[in-house]
Parts: sequence; C-alpha cells; structure tokens
Amino acid sequence: MTKTLNNKAWFLVLPVFAIVAFSAVLPLLTVVNYSVQDTFGNNQFFWNGVAWFQELLDPSKELGGRFFEALWRNLLFSAIILMIQVPLGIAVALAMPREGWTVALCLVLMALPLLIPWNVVGTIWQVFARGDIGLLGWAVNSLGIDYNYTGHSLDAWITIVVMDVWHWTSLVALLCYAGLKSIPDAYYQAARIDGASRWAVFRTIQLPKMRRVLLIAVLLRFMDSFMIYTEPFVLTGGGPGNATTFLSIDLVKLALGQFDLGKAAAMSLVYNLIILSVCWVFYTIMNNVDAERARVEA
Amino acid sequence: MARITLDHLAHSYKSDPQGPQDYALKEIDHVWDQGGAYALLGPSGCGKTTLLNIISGLVRPTRGRILFDDRDVTDLPTEARNIAQVFQFPVVYDTMTVRENLAFPLKNRRAPRERVAARVEEIAGLLDLTRVLDRKASNLTADLKQKISLGRGLVRPDVAAILFDEPLTVIDPHLKWQLRSTLKELHRNLDITMIYVTHDQTEALTFADKVVVMHDGAVVQTGTPDELFARPAHTFVGHFIGSPGMNVMPCRVEGATAFVDEQAIALDRSYRTTGSGQRIELGIRPEFVQLQPAGAGLPVSVRRIDDLGRARIARVEMAGRMLSASVPEAVSIDGDRAALVFDPRHIHIYADGHLVTGEPHSSGSAAVAASTGGRPS
Repeated sequence: MTKTLNNKAWFLVLPVFAIVAFSAVLPLLTVVNYSVQDTFGNNQFFWNGVAWFQELLDPSKELGGRFFEALWRNLLFSAIILMIQVPLGIAVALAMPREGWTVALCLVLMALPLLIPWNVVGTIWQVFARGDIGLLGWAVNSLGIDYNYTGHSLDAWITIVVMDVWHWTSLVALLCYAGLKSIPDAYYQAARIDGASRWAVFRTIQLPKMRRVLLIAVLLRFMDSFMIYTEPFVLTGGGPGNATTFLSIDLVKLALGQFDLGKAAAMSLVYNLIILSVCWVFYTIMNNVDAERARVEA
Repeated sequence: MARITLDHLAHSYKSDPQGPQDYALKEIDHVWDQGGAYALLGPSGCGKTTLLNIISGLVRPTRGRILFDDRDVTDLPTEARNIAQVFQFPVVYDTMTVRENLAFPLKNRRAPRERVAARVEEIAGLLDLTRVLDRKASNLTADLKQKISLGRGLVRPDVAAILFDEPLTVIDPHLKWQLRSTLKELHRNLDITMIYVTHDQTEALTFADKVVVMHDGAVVQTGTPDELFARPAHTFVGHFIGSPGMNVMPCRVEGATAFVDEQAIALDRSYRTTGSGQRIELGIRPEFVQLQPAGAGLPVSVRRIDDLGRARIARVEMAGRMLSASVPEAVSIDGDRAALVFDPRHIHIYADGHLVTGEPHSSGSAAVAASTGGRPS
C-alpha cells in the first residue's frame, strides 16, 4: 500500500508563520539591515559592512569602550543581586510557615511586590529615597550619613540594588517555598531519627531537593537583571554620570537619543546573542538535571 | 536494648478532645519485650502509624507514658531515644553515596572515624550492600534504598528497637518476599526489638512472633499468629485474619446450644448471657465448617465452589446470609442443596463483637442462660 502524501496541511500553519514573521522575524531583519549600514538622515543609507561590529567589539574605540563598560556594569549588577537574592530567598522560604492561616497571608504579602508595575516600583523608590521628602533618604540623612543617590555613584548603586532586592526576592522565595513543600515529611522524620543537625538537614535534604527550582530562579533573575531597564531609568536615568547606565539604557540612548541606528543595531544584536547563549547554557544544565532524575527514577 | 512499655497511652490530634470519638488512638497498655518481633496489624486509619510515631518520638501522646525499661521517655525527642524507623517510602540522602548514607547517623553523633568505617562495613555486609557502597544512593532501586534506610538504623550500636512503617509498600512483589526474609534473619541474628506496621496479614503473620491487631484506634487482640487464628478475641480479628475470613452470624444462645435462624447448633461449652440488648454472634472459621450432602446438618444452598489449590472453599447461602465452608475431598454435591456441619470445638460466641468465654460442659453447673434475641444484621 502506498502512502498518500498530502502537503495541504502546511496551509494550516501559514497564519502562525505570518504572525511570527511580522512580529519577530521582520523586525529582527530590519535590525540586521541597520547594523550593516550607515545613515546621515533623510532615510539615505550607505553600505557599511561589519564596521559597526568591529567598532563595538574593540574596547579602544569610543563605541566599544562604552559597550564594554555597560556590559561589565550589567554583569556586576546581575552578580550582586544574584548573590543577595538567592541566599535571601532561600532564607525567607525556610522561615515561612508550613501550615495554618499564616501561609496564605505570607504568600499574598510576598507576591505584592511582584504585582507592581516596574515603572511604579521605580517611582516609589525615587520618592522613598529622596533626601528632602523621602522617608528612607530623610531618615538615613538624619542619622548623619551623607546619602544622595542622584549625586553619588555608590549611593545610586545601593539604591538600585536594594530596590531590585525588594522587588524580586519574593520570586526566588516563592519558587524555593514550592520546592520545600514538595519534600515528604518522612525525610525530616528520618533526619531527626538520624540525629541530623539543622544545618545537616538543609545541606542533605532541603538544598538537593531545591536544586531544580533554584536553577530556574537563577535563570529568571539573571535574565531579568541583565535586561533591566525601567526601574533604573525611572530612578536614576542611568546617572549620576554613567554610573548606572546598564546595557539596555545605553542601547536606548544610542538608538533613540543619538539616532545612531547602525551602532545601536549592532549593539542590540550582540546583546541578544549574549542573552541567547546564557539561555542555552541554562537550558543544557537543566536538561542534564532532568536526564539524571529520569535515570534515577527508571 | 530495652523493653518498651506503653502506660495508659492515648492520643488525639484535636487540641481539645471531648469523647472517645476524638481519639485517633484510644487508651492502650502494652509491653513490647526486648528482642521480640512484633507486627502491628490493622486496616488503614486504625491508628497504627500514630502509635509508631509516638514510640519513635515523632508525636507526643496526649495522655499516658512511654517507658524504655524503667526510664520515662515520653518527653524525650526522637534523637535522644534509641529508636530507628523505616518509612513507607524509602528515605535516602540523594547527594550521598551509600557509604555516606550509612555513616550519617554515626557522624551526627560524633563517633570516631575508624569506628564509623568499621561499623558501616559490618552493616553493609549484613544487608548485602557491600557491592554498592560507593554508588550514589539516589540511583538505586527501591528495595536497595529501603535496605539503606534500615541500615541507617542498624548502624547505631545502641539501637533498642527498629520500627517499620509498611516498609514493603513500594517494593516489587518478587522482592518483597526476599526483603522480608532478610528482616527475619536480621531479627534472629541481632537482639533487636522490631515492630512492623502493616495492613497485610500475610506480611504480619510471616514476620512476627506476636501480632497486635488494631481496629478503630484500639488494640483488639495481641497474640501469636496461631492464637489469632484459633481464638479471635473480636469478630474484627476473625474477619481480618484468615482468607476467607471467619463466618459470623447473629444467634441466640441457651446454655450449650446456639440457635441460628431457629436451627439448633450444639456447642461444647455453655454460656450464661448477661442481660439482653447485647449483640450475640456466633463465629466459626470456614476451615471448621464442612460442607456435606443435604440432610447431614444445617440446610444451605451452594452458590459457588472455589478451588484454592490446597483446599476447596464453598460459598453457600443460609437464610439470606453468605457463608464460607470447606469442602472435604470425598464429598461431592449434586445440585445446589447441601448441609453444613460445624465443629463445636471451634465455635466462638461473641457479645457486642468481643469473645465470650463459656464454661466447659463437664463443670456441670447449670448455666442460667438469659435468652437474648439475635439482632438481625
């Protein structure tokens, strides 16, 4: 019997192709197109080859210097918030109640910061940290500490980090809490019988069982912090100077402030590539964890 | 090493228990002798696990005391008692090797390193785990994991008792038998009290020297498997143990005669029944009820005869009630009409579910039997 091939079914996926093309592929191609051209306005473009990319990846050039500065700044920011939010999130999850009406209360309170729109978060902290009318800024200043996030780079950094911790630690904590809840009671009972200390219980039971959700938490927090834009833009606008100019802020300055479309396109492509590669690394790690788990359960 | 005494123990999960219905575990007095192999048998939700957790210290009883020998341990935490527990689902520490798993309880108690290593080797040998000692515990099969959790208990030299909470639930059937004989062997070689919770009568009867049957939060009978079979102290024990379970039928007893649906059945003991209003029942195991051709005894109609290999069991109907009876080799039944013959030595009389001991005939004392109408079930 011969199998009849009918390719008409392909028409059924056409709408998806069309939507994806218009929403993702075509805009991306436009960016690619810009990245290899230069313009002096009037919608006149000139072929420029890979010159923008060479300039971007060469730290000695103006564009490259600026890009790498923003990149390192961004990586530093991601590293700092991961180092604070992951341990803090785990600690909060461990401290949360396991049963009773307080569970619901805690969950709602924890979810609140996650529900606030990002520019509102920025505005809240912009006001909160002001030295003249902000509760935090005023309180710190009246303790005799010279704190001014619009003037000192370090203060700006501290404010942004604290703001991000306030905004996003709940996410890590909620994920960890879900991981903790999935551990059967028998594990804790066995540990008690084995005479394990609190620390040993954490090391040998809780942490291993949280490994998967922690990976997801780290991935989400890294991505979000690496692409952070709205909150620092509202809070500091990238300043003082360029102290809090992260990649996305710099990109917007370049593209919409200076209208350097070619440079901005090259930068956004490289930015995109970095994010894709990090995603791929995490994806691979998670798949390996899954594969190991599947092997264990088989 | 210890004798474990439960002294007027009771437990309720409610903070303010009112009546007996609020107690998951009704008052219990029991002594577990040092070195015994016990099974705690009962259906799900009868309080077995609660009792086990009270002994291991995971749950603090509402009332009563627990004594290890003569020491009151009611308020001692789990880690301070010399108790090990094996749970329904195998608990292993995933990130550790089998060796580290076995060493874990000793390491937590700060035992010297050489002692730990030697003890781990010894226990691994006992449990046949030597060849997997350096493998990750998370990659092993359920039966090996269960052996590891058992090993973590055995490895402690001071362990007085090991509690098993339905440990074979997740084990493959063909390995269950093996693991059970391993347990039995361990019990013979080591002088350790073992308490084995299960709802499976085969597991209980093959493992234990003494079986404690629980029903609805209370202990209904404690005895050897033979005693449970021969003299069930409660109709529940009769039903629960034995396959098929005991035949129980409402009856009326007058002296040494029982009347089931106005059919007289001779008893070899006579009973005086106290007062009316009690539910009087007659219980007899199918093994002691013989199916005979019609006319030889109580008339019944045969519904089905099952050949169980070692015996034939008939399902018969007597006045609307289904009973089981054994079919002797020589007997063949034509049609569905037959008769039952009861072995009087194995007939038990129950009042409100509890066994009533009669007086032997030979005592000659005239039993004053208050006639009590059997309440139809």
